[in-house]
Amino acid sequence: MTPGLAGFIAAGQDTQTSDDVISEVLTALEQEFTLVPDRGGSLRTAARRRTWFDTFDWRLYRAGLTLEYVPAHRGGELRLSGAGSAAPPAPAADVEQPVTGWQASRPHQLRDLPDGPITARIAGVVAPRALLPAVTVSDAATVRRLLNEDGKTVARLVIDQPSVPAAGQPLPPRLTVTEVRGYPGQARRAIRIVACVVGVRPATEPVLAAALRAVGRRPGDYSNKVDATITAGMPAAQAAATILLRLLDTIEANVPGLLRDIDTEFLHDLRVAVRRTRSALKLFGDALTAPLAPRDSRLTGDELARFAAEFKWVGDLTTPTRDLDVHLLGFEDTSRALRAAKPDDLEPFRAYLAQRRLREFRALSRGLRSARFAALTQDWRERLTRIRESVSGRTAASARSGQSGSPARETAGTLGMERTRRAFAKVARRGAVISPVSPAESLHDLRKRCKELRYALEFFAPLFPPVAYGAVLGDLKRLQDCLGEFQDTEVQIGEIRVLATSMLTAGEAPAVTLLAMGEVTAGLAARQQAARAEFERRFAAFAGADGQRRMSLLLRGGLA
Amino acid sequence: MKIYATYNIKGGVGKTTTAVNLAYLAATESKLRTVLWDLDPQGAASFMFRVKPRVKGGGKALIRGKRPLDDAIKGTDFDNLDLIPADFTYRNMDLLLDDAGGSDRKLKKLLAPLAAEYDAVFLDCPPSISLVSENVLHAADVIVVPLIPTTLSVRTLDQLTEFVDGFRGHRPDVLAFFSMVDRRKKLHKEITESLSSERPDVAATVIPYLSIVENMSVERSPVTVFAPRSAAARAYRALWSEIRARTE
Repeated sequence: MTPGLAGFIAAGQDTQTSDDVISEVLTALEQEFTLVPDRGGSLRTAARRRTWFDTFDWRLYRAGLTLEYVPAHRGGELRLSGAGSAAPPAPAADVEQPVTGWQASRPHQLRDLPDGPITARIAGVVAPRALLPAVTVSDAATVRRLLNEDGKTVARLVIDQPSVPAAGQPLPPRLTVTEVRGYPGQARRAIRIVACVVGVRPATEPVLAAALRAVGRRPGDYSNKVDATITAGMPAAQAAATILLRLLDTIEANVPGLLRDIDTEFLHDLRVAVRRTRSALKLFGDALTAPLAPRDSRLTGDELARFAAEFKWVGDLTTPTRDLDVHLLGFEDTSRALRAAKPDDLEPFRAYLAQRRLREFRALSRGLRSARFAALTQDWRERLTRIRESVSGRTAASARSGQSGSPARETAGTLGMERTRRAFAKVARRGAVISPVSPAESLHDLRKRCKELRYALEFFAPLFPPVAYGAVLGDLKRLQDCLGEFQDTEVQIGEIRVLATSMLTAGEAPAVTLLAMGEVTAGLAARQQAARAEFERRFAAFAGADGQRRMSLLLRGGLA
Repeated sequence: MKIYATYNIKGGVGKTTTAVNLAYLAATESKLRTVLWDLDPQGAASFMFRVKPRVKGGGKALIRGKRPLDDAIKGTDFDNLDLIPADFTYRNMDLLLDDAGGSDRKLKKLLAPLAAEYDAVFLDCPPSISLVSENVLHAADVIVVPLIPTTLSVRTLDQLTEFVDGFRGHRPDVLAFFSMVDRRKKLHKEITESLSSERPDVAATVIPYLSIVENMSVERSPVTVFAPRSAAARAYRALWSEIRARTE
């Protein structure tokens, strides 16, 4: 019943403080209305604390949603609004849901949320990630009623003074004029008066964004995508170092969450970044050792091989835990798919997986806390930063002196196109010789080559024309999905066999559980066969005549 | 949406003060989304909520459906409580209803669209027997009848109950209560005590005669707002609880 809102920020100008601005707003409004404090009603003077929650990779924000937790005397309340700052905002209305036992400072798993409208709405967006506190804001709001000559309230002015405890500083006060139904003219008049006061500007930015900035963050500040800023004319060594540094950022960003075991995706993102790093070293590691790179910073072949070996060590370190995560994440679906066995039959298997995971996770934690891992990331960052800065310094110096540099110097454009072309040729060549009787290994090898090509496309994405890029990537993704299904099911079948043997040896395998595990492997085998049957069509769509033409167009566009 | 009407053929029995206080309690204490329609051209309820007794296009535009009722709604100073103000043209509402076909269910039709937005509607009726009051009686789910404790007023209640009993189809609940009761008067005391216990359509709660209730027109606010701990405010709270309990 309070339609029509107009928001302002009392930021102040020059020497004006926000208190000065508020005082001037009140004086200006008093010329037209009688102002009295509002002591009743839902907008009454109140202090409250709000904490925004999102996943580490901002899944709610990217979906245009904002989740807020407001603690109360008993329990608290979650509020989900569709007016997230990502465009376009979802049109749905705000939803509220009571929660108990929540702490604003801790991560919360989706499974800990009770059933309710918010749980139902966000489960598909958030899973399997946990909800983390992004920022907490304390608000102290005071409300003035604006009265007409009859003493009737015709509008309200809400003065909200937010502050961010973590930053130890207040945010600029926010002023909101709310309309009383049936008095739109008076509210418009009040809005015009407030807008004319010096030091007041329209509130275009949500409080969330301002609060995050106060703690040095911004919405969407983490993404697992390779979004390194490179240009076609950039020296190849500089582009290579920039891409690898971006991947190192992702690796390092995920370590704390992984070690706290907040959710499984910290490990997943770290693994992907490590795999991308290893592929990048294979694809264009030579750019970091090339004689054209500055002598004082470039890597030797031995150093490059040492870093590659170290990243392989990190990758291997993470594999056992991730494999067990994959089993556990898909456990509900696996149980539901059982036909002969009962879901409960698999419970000892789940318990065994959870126990194994605990053990493997401890080993992984030890590795990531080790001096070896710390030295790897530190050395790698130092070397890459030196290469990037010395190349860019040299380029700037050449530009100032009017020299165009060495004509033979390789650019990011030529490097990207050449290495992408080479990766595609490898995929086309190896895929073409696969027949229905080829061994599974040939498909596994092709999957690896496809991954390399995918990474090459992603690394150099800023250089490609977007439409041609989208067309090639779409076909490649479908081929990768098919190869992934083929290999993942095979790996899972092999692992279940090994796990079944271990459970039997440990005396932890009831007969019904082994039977149920047998049924699970039968289901996986059926999926693997279906993927194998699908392969030929997927490969033809990607690397057939049309696919090759699309790739040529893409590479020509990248060099243009 | 439940429609409550405060009605009595006689004037000066406390219809408006009852409508204003009950609507306020419904909105603030029962948290019902509430609207009060001031049907009395004198506009006393509008005055108490400091809303000008004026409706764009007058009663004619509303009755003829040229303007939706929604357009006339004004927010009061209180959460959850809105008002449809009086208009001087309401004095001709009988004629307007007659012109619109003479239906005794016109008001019910006009109010129907408000169901999406409100949980409770209060109708503050002018004192009369007319097409307007017939419309009100047909529209209401609960008719709240303030009575002065006299023998004659009890007779009026009987006439009203008999009239409502004759309705075909929807019949509202009729609940009377004694208003402006002066316990020092022997007659008041005898009538309120005997009738409250004897008649199921008379509430046990009585609203005493208190000068603070008259102050509502000075304060221009429900007594439950400016004197929330007063005997009058307590009495209105008790009355609202009893009405809800007996008509749920």
